[in-house]
Amino acid sequence: MKAKTKKNIKKTISLIILGILGLLAFIPLLWMVITAFTQPTLTMKFPPDIIPKDPSLENFADLFSRKVLFRWTLNSIIVAGTVTIVQVFFCAMAGYSLAKKRFPGRKAIFAIYISSMMIPTQVTLVPLYIIVAKFGLVNTYAGLILPAISAPFGVFLMRQFMLSVPSEMLEAARIDGAGEFRTFMKIVLPISKPALAVLGIFTFVGQWNSFLWPLIITNTNEMRTLQAGLSLIQEEVPMQYSYLMAAATFAAIPMIIVFFSFQKYFLRGITVGSVK
Amino acid sequence: MNNVDSNIVKAKIPLHKRMWKNKAGYFFVLPHLSLFAIFFLLPVGWGMYLSFFDYNAFSQSFIGIENYKYIFEDDLFWKALKNTFAYTLGVVPLWLGKALLVTVLIYPFHKKIRTFFKAVFYLPHVTSSVIIAMIWLWVFNPQYGLLNYFLSFFGIDPVIWLGNSMTAMPSLIMMQVIMGGGSTIVLLSAAMASIPEYYFEAAELEGAGSWAIFKNITLPLLKPTILYAMIMGTIANFQTFSNIYIMTQGGPEFSTLTIAYLVYETAFKYYELGLASAMSMIMFVILVVLGIVQFKWLGSNVEY
Repeated sequence: MKAKTKKNIKKTISLIILGILGLLAFIPLLWMVITAFTQPTLTMKFPPDIIPKDPSLENFADLFSRKVLFRWTLNSIIVAGTVTIVQVFFCAMAGYSLAKKRFPGRKAIFAIYISSMMIPTQVTLVPLYIIVAKFGLVNTYAGLILPAISAPFGVFLMRQFMLSVPSEMLEAARIDGAGEFRTFMKIVLPISKPALAVLGIFTFVGQWNSFLWPLIITNTNEMRTLQAGLSLIQEEVPMQYSYLMAAATFAAIPMIIVFFSFQKYFLRGITVGSVK
Repeated sequence: MNNVDSNIVKAKIPLHKRMWKNKAGYFFVLPHLSLFAIFFLLPVGWGMYLSFFDYNAFSQSFIGIENYKYIFEDDLFWKALKNTFAYTLGVVPLWLGKALLVTVLIYPFHKKIRTFFKAVFYLPHVTSSVIIAMIWLWVFNPQYGLLNYFLSFFGIDPVIWLGNSMTAMPSLIMMQVIMGGGSTIVLLSAAMASIPEYYFEAAELEGAGSWAIFKNITLPLLKPTILYAMIMGTIANFQTFSNIYIMTQGGPEFSTLTIAYLVYETAFKYYELGLASAMSMIMFVILVVLGIVQFKWLGSNVEY
């Protein structure tokens, strides 16, 4: 009995600590949404209204009258979508090759991929900009997309997963007369679905939230992505908090939906690499 | 045995024939590899090369190690370096400690409660750093901000969080610790779930207290994951950019100027691309050294 009370006390204390830490992280997000629905004139007052009086959609109406916002959103969808699809497909191909094909040079190629994963983006930023500029791709979708696809992490992830694909299955397909590419499309891709999903989801979120590269490589208002666009609004109207929070809410919602739709993929962690 | 066999086979078949026979391997790896070579490997090599050039709109001339000399004599660079270290050293241990604490605390609970808390802590992680920075700029607002309002209940006078060179950097660190750690909690929880439960049960039967269990069982078994999170966290926080760009632009009085922001300004505001490349290279070397140090320090007694 005593042991049980002790355990319950422990659990209660745990919950209190978890609750405080959780609230600290959650309140700012909640505050963003609350401010977004506060009337602009009521934002600048002290003390602030924790629950807004007469919640208003005025901020969103203002925001949506800025037509370029939809262009930014479209840009983000195009960039994040294309990067995700191509990245997943190319990484699956490369991962399959490095895991299952025995061609000369594969060990060296894999070693280069692995050691590249530790290289911070800052190192490649300036020369990458110059190279993309030399190709004439500044302020283009290609300029936004191509460097993002070339990130090495996905290849590593896919290679680790593909190691677990039974070679007998591939052998059987070969004996049945299926060509290399057909085998890949009809057998390798379908059994890799869990790994493809993980890579796809993380790539999409990462690209949607990407900021530094779009900021550098775009130079007209129309080519900005949503994140780069947000920073522009922040610079333009730094004090209009309700408007800014409406913009932030608008940009955050898609990822919050993605998160809750694919919650188990996020909360399970990337353990694909260690599947036996 | 197998190795010996394959070596003999290798020796017999000429390289080009082996390459031709395995052409499918190249076919599959090439699409990604070619992009990777152009947009990743080439920039790394070229960045090193550029760092020896006076590279800007007017000149592209080789100047040897002049960029590096300039950097090491530049007070602003040292200031940025110091700030970046302060930020990283402030954020990483606190945020790792928070992640560990949460992981250990949620472990005994029902799966549903665990999932709930993991989701709460992960949510800021799918929200972009730009958005988080915008929110906190509002929270930190000295006149109307939520934080000063909250502190007023405790009789604390309004603080100009980001406008004072004494408090700006600690404010940024606090924000990062409060919002961060979500993915590390997921990682650590996964690692903790793989520890056999009877380890804990046996220790409890022996009468070991919570702290003893944490110190002698949990911590040693989580060490590889902690090491991984620590290295990745160091790399990520050492490059912190978005929050500086949105919230402080390196100010006030350069108190929040980080290397990443200095590189950005040098390259894309002043167009001194050679100088910026040299700064990136120094940053890279520091990160490699930090990675090795952490690995030696924590990795020395990793045991299963």
